[in-house]
Amino acid sequence: MIVEIPRGLPEMLRQVTGFIYPNEVEIHWSILIVVYPYLTGLVAGAFILASLMKVFNVEAVRPTYRLSLLTALAFLLVAPFPLLLHLGHPERSFEIFLTPQLSSAMAMFGFVYAWYLMGVLLLEIWFEFRRDLVVLGGQGRGPLRWIHRALSLFSKDISPDALAFDRGAIKLITLIGIPSAFLLHGYVGFIFGSVKANPWWGSVLMPIVFLMSAIVSGIAMVVLLYMILTALRKEPTDMRCLDTITSYLFYAVIVDFSLEALDFIHRLYQSEESVGILGQLISNKLFVSLFVVQVLVGMVVPLGMLIAAKAAKLDEGRRRLVYLVAVILIQLGIFSTRWNVVIGGQLFSKSFRGLMTYKMEVLGLEGLITALALLVVPFVILAVLLRVLPLRRLEEQGVQGSAISLRVSEVPGVSSLTQ
Amino acid sequence: MNKRQFMKGMIVFIAAGPDFATLARAAYAKADSAKAGGSGDPADMGLGDYDPSEHWYGMGIEVDKCIGCNRCVVACKAENGVPDEPYYFRTWIERYSVLANGETEVECISVDPGKQQREPPAENRDVVRSFFVPKLCNHCAHPPCVQVCPVGATFATQDGVVIVDQERCLGCRYCIQACPYGARFLNPNTHTADKCTFCYHRVVKGLMPACVEVCPTGARVFGDLRSRASRLVRMQRMSKISVLKPDLNTEPKVYYSQLDGEVR
Repeated sequence: MIVEIPRGLPEMLRQVTGFIYPNEVEIHWSILIVVYPYLTGLVAGAFILASLMKVFNVEAVRPTYRLSLLTALAFLLVAPFPLLLHLGHPERSFEIFLTPQLSSAMAMFGFVYAWYLMGVLLLEIWFEFRRDLVVLGGQGRGPLRWIHRALSLFSKDISPDALAFDRGAIKLITLIGIPSAFLLHGYVGFIFGSVKANPWWGSVLMPIVFLMSAIVSGIAMVVLLYMILTALRKEPTDMRCLDTITSYLFYAVIVDFSLEALDFIHRLYQSEESVGILGQLISNKLFVSLFVVQVLVGMVVPLGMLIAAKAAKLDEGRRRLVYLVAVILIQLGIFSTRWNVVIGGQLFSKSFRGLMTYKMEVLGLEGLITALALLVVPFVILAVLLRVLPLRRLEEQGVQGSAISLRVSEVPGVSSLTQ
Repeated sequence: MNKRQFMKGMIVFIAAGPDFATLARAAYAKADSAKAGGSGDPADMGLGDYDPSEHWYGMGIEVDKCIGCNRCVVACKAENGVPDEPYYFRTWIERYSVLANGETEVECISVDPGKQQREPPAENRDVVRSFFVPKLCNHCAHPPCVQVCPVGATFATQDGVVIVDQERCLGCRYCIQACPYGARFLNPNTHTADKCTFCYHRVVKGLMPACVEVCPTGARVFGDLRSRASRLVRMQRMSKISVLKPDLNTEPKVYYSQLDGEVR
């Protein structure tokens, strides 16, 4: 019989230390499964930032509201792909919708995802952009005009009553959306947290830790994108907005850090059967990715930078620079968090007697290139979305609904957004 | 009927009885095989009147009897088409060496069959005791792998055997993560989850699993826990029994006698 052995297995077998069950040589959940919770985390975090403005009426973050929604959408659209590419039989993936096994946490993926995409995110985006799409659909020429009309689902009503209905709908969707965003990512944490066979994963705190780190990564991503976009478009940065968001980010990182520290101390103090092997795991296999990248570079340094930026009363330019570096480091830290959970949980034997090695493929289907591609595609989608949809409300830009006869290029500010 | 006639009748009846029984069984089997391939009913698949609800299978391992010969591993791979490479096992043997300083060394002696007869390394001559532990799927009564399968591709049969439907499995590998015993692997040919089936295809025909069949010392005891006459039930009566990782509440149905506390 010709057997296609996954590449790298003989080498992984040689790098085993101690005793492992023989079937444990292969690391089953690869870097793609690291990418998946990273993406859904960004979705949930970005959406929660968007909800801040709508539910808690934080006017200061308005400039990022639409950007947050579109960021969430761009990342959500890509989120299923790492899972799909990872399956042994991707052609059977629809079975998860047709014949789900209700006792399985993973079987709920399709429903949670579909609900969040279609019941929450797309609806909110549609109501938010509908007025502008109607206006733009009546103005421009060429294909873009038709795209705008199609995206508005050919609705034309922008009377005050209709707009009031839109606002009410957005409010309602946001109210439903916050628990849904919690569900989306808390659920991903539950997939790991509910595995009792794995002491590194099996923790009741896991969904909550996932959620907090999601909020951290989502907010940091929106800040990063906002800064990049304003720089690209040569628009002035709204420092009040940036200061407000980064202070939320600061508190979110503190809560996230505290939860992870609690989890860590709890394990150490309880010192169960698995504590020995988990100690070896973090001191041998995860030292760099856990202590250096996740904790030091991804949490402690950015926290220090954010504190310094506020305390030292830096001027705008320097503050922007500090924020920029801090949010990039935070992204790195959160990606490392996902790595430490997903890969870390598979590097020790369930016999608690040995450690395995993960040898990442580079070119393979589950390799580094695929993972990087999956991380880049959301930005491409976002770029397309930003071409089609205005990032700021037209009325804020001085475009009135009655100005339908105006050509887009005649409207200051709009031309650069739509071309 | 006088005494002589009665005795004559008895002799004929006793001699003819088994012959008739054999003939009847042969005729039944013929009729059965003619029907075979029809519905999914066990009676139509050449299984006679096999009724899964009447059985509840388990396996006993008498640790003291295992000599680490790996015949079970070889037989399992041959019977079930398990890839030869040392990363795929439905069953395997571990060797435990308890040292004088209290430490325990463990090695899987099925990974490299060439090494299997090797004595523990010379510097470890202070071995207090050494023993072999065969491992396989525990066919848990409360199986975490079945709980997590998103499409129900892995399931427990009515007679208590946990198996994988290869036509349905997505290859998501959540079950591999959920198994506390490392009993599952991803079959590199089918790209689906694979594991011990207690040789279900044999068991339903009244045969023993391949590993049990070939074990030269009878260290593996297969049986029906619903039948008081089964060897497994007798073993449970006569020995002190333990299961692996009982604290996880998976309720394994592979029962070990004389199991050392070091074994996980």
